[in-house]
Amino acid sequence: MFQNAISKNPFSTIGRLVILGIQEMGKVALFLTSGFFKIFSRPVNMSRLLEQIYFIGAKSVFVICLTGAFTGMVLGLQGYYVLVKYGSSGSLGSAVTISLIREMGPVLTAIMITARAGSAMSAEIGVMRISEQIDALKTMGINPLRFLFSPRLAAGLISFPILTSIFDVVGILGGFLTGSLLLGVSPGIYFSKVESSVVMSDINGGFIKSIAFAAVVITICCYQGYYTHRRNEFGAKGVGLSTTSAVVQSCVLILIADYVLTSILL
Amino acid sequence: MTMKKPLIQIKDLRKRFGDNTVLNGVNLSIREGEITTIIGKSGVGKSVLLKHIIGLLEYDSGHILFNGKPFKKMKEKEKKLLKSKLSFMFQGTALFDSMTVYENVALPLNERGGFSRNEIYQRVEDQLEQLDLHEIDDKYPSQLSGGMRKRVALARALITEPEIILFDEPTTGLDPIRKSAVHRMISDYQKKHKFTAVLVSHEIPDIFYISQHIAMLDEGKIIFEGTPKEIYKSSNPSVREFAKQLGDESEKLTGLTSQYTISSRLKAERRHTEGHHAIFSFIVLNITNMDEIIKKIGYEGSQIALKNFIFQIKRCLRDTDTCSRYDLDKILIVLPGANVEIGKKVYAKLTNRVKKEKALDTEKFTSLSFSVSVAFAEAEEESLIQGIETNNTPKDTTSFDVFT
Repeated sequence: MFQNAISKNPFSTIGRLVILGIQEMGKVALFLTSGFFKIFSRPVNMSRLLEQIYFIGAKSVFVICLTGAFTGMVLGLQGYYVLVKYGSSGSLGSAVTISLIREMGPVLTAIMITARAGSAMSAEIGVMRISEQIDALKTMGINPLRFLFSPRLAAGLISFPILTSIFDVVGILGGFLTGSLLLGVSPGIYFSKVESSVVMSDINGGFIKSIAFAAVVITICCYQGYYTHRRNEFGAKGVGLSTTSAVVQSCVLILIADYVLTSILL
Repeated sequence: MTMKKPLIQIKDLRKRFGDNTVLNGVNLSIREGEITTIIGKSGVGKSVLLKHIIGLLEYDSGHILFNGKPFKKMKEKEKKLLKSKLSFMFQGTALFDSMTVYENVALPLNERGGFSRNEIYQRVEDQLEQLDLHEIDDKYPSQLSGGMRKRVALARALITEPEIILFDEPTTGLDPIRKSAVHRMISDYQKKHKFTAVLVSHEIPDIFYISQHIAMLDEGKIIFEGTPKEIYKSSNPSVREFAKQLGDESEKLTGLTSQYTISSRLKAERRHTEGHHAIFSFIVLNITNMDEIIKKIGYEGSQIALKNFIFQIKRCLRDTDTCSRYDLDKILIVLPGANVEIGKKVYAKLTNRVKKEKALDTEKFTSLSFSVSVAFAEAEEESLIQGIETNNTPKDTTSFDVFT
């Protein structure tokens, strides 16, 4: 009865949710820090790290090029029609480049990797959890975080900035495709604007974002898979739910982190 | 037998999951160099107890001591050292399903470090070879049969040459021949490497042949601890009931009756012949070359041959005679109303008939036979059954062909 009274009180419900949320955030933060420091614990297993760089990085190149190209092309189109109204279509190069390097590049790359690699990561670790493979690692004296999470985190921190830069470059070329070849902005003007408008702090900001997104995406996806057994749903359904929440939470957090970082970096 | 010192002591261990108290003050000693088997009904918490020993679950209260030292009070280094000596075989094998068999078995060595690539390769190959796992290095666990998966899991548990191995129902889901083969492997390895083993098992009475120590878990407590033979003498009503159920179960591999049935049958026989002179004679068959047979035809093959061999012996006996297995390689035949002379005649007849049969339908091997040493005894009391075990010096050795 006492508990019923409490649960009927909206304040206590809100309070409980807030406390649960903060606890969860604390757990994720601990998960991230312990996984991060275990990257450097010896002996470092290079083959597992390379395997993950290949999976997260190399295998994402095609999808990143594709999305990068079309994003650049759309920016070229949209930008041209806005700029032409003010008679400054010559600035198309700067518009495309700045929005790609500062915003679109890091955010869209992170979201694409979440969809491609993050979901797979979460499902893989989730299945390992429910089939006792993580327990098996523990019984062999192998730290599961060091074995499963650290190489992925390291690979993410390495791959995200590289993929982001590929996205940016392909995007700029995409903008050139629509802006210059299709709509007639002079190629020389387009590229000189690209060159003159970008300063180092834009590039640094983009990289800082991509590194932060790497930490967010890999941590959330691994965390959701790792603790899939704590859900109310069991087995395959639990793994399915973990994967869904990994993708949803990662995407939401990417956008929130993007806002926070932009306001700091600007 | 001298009392061996306890390696693991569990003291007043308690564990609750929500409202469900699973362990309610468990006290148990596990002695060094022995196989201790934890038995009990399903869902009574046997696996939970095992997972506490390896540290996969945290207990609410109590102590687990290794060599007299509480685990929780050990320093990190000591804990790590201890863990490197422990190994666990999961009920569901828990093999890494996206790694090959070779990678699975090699992983504990790879992670431990200090071994060269060649060394690891050699050790893994030897281990797989010894467990009858040939040419499956590049296969994935899902491509293997249930029996093979169990053996790969066994190989992975054995590869680091641990001092303590915990087995969580190592034979669940296997057919009797493969069960028997896995039991035999565990027993052989234990004898060879002298590790301490803790088993959780349902396979009764089969598991009794390989265990030196039995503990029964019921309602969160250990209600019986002792040798397999003592379980039939326990005065605890729950244990008695359990043992009685065992009596009705026949041995899985051979279909032979258990010892419990034998002694109750003898009691009934004695009542039946009350006032008369009731006499029994015993024949003890001891297969002495099982190792050699396993070496030649593998674990599973040897169990099939054994099964067929016992089946043929049983066919030669009268309805009133009982035939039971009381050790891994020992068979006890009880002939009621017969003296030793008759017993010897029965054996001679049995020898002639069984020799004509072959235990395996194959012509691949031509020179393999069961060597059996035999002992005879005569008794008027069923209590002498115990006596015969200590007194069964082989008096005669006969060879039975496994193949023709």
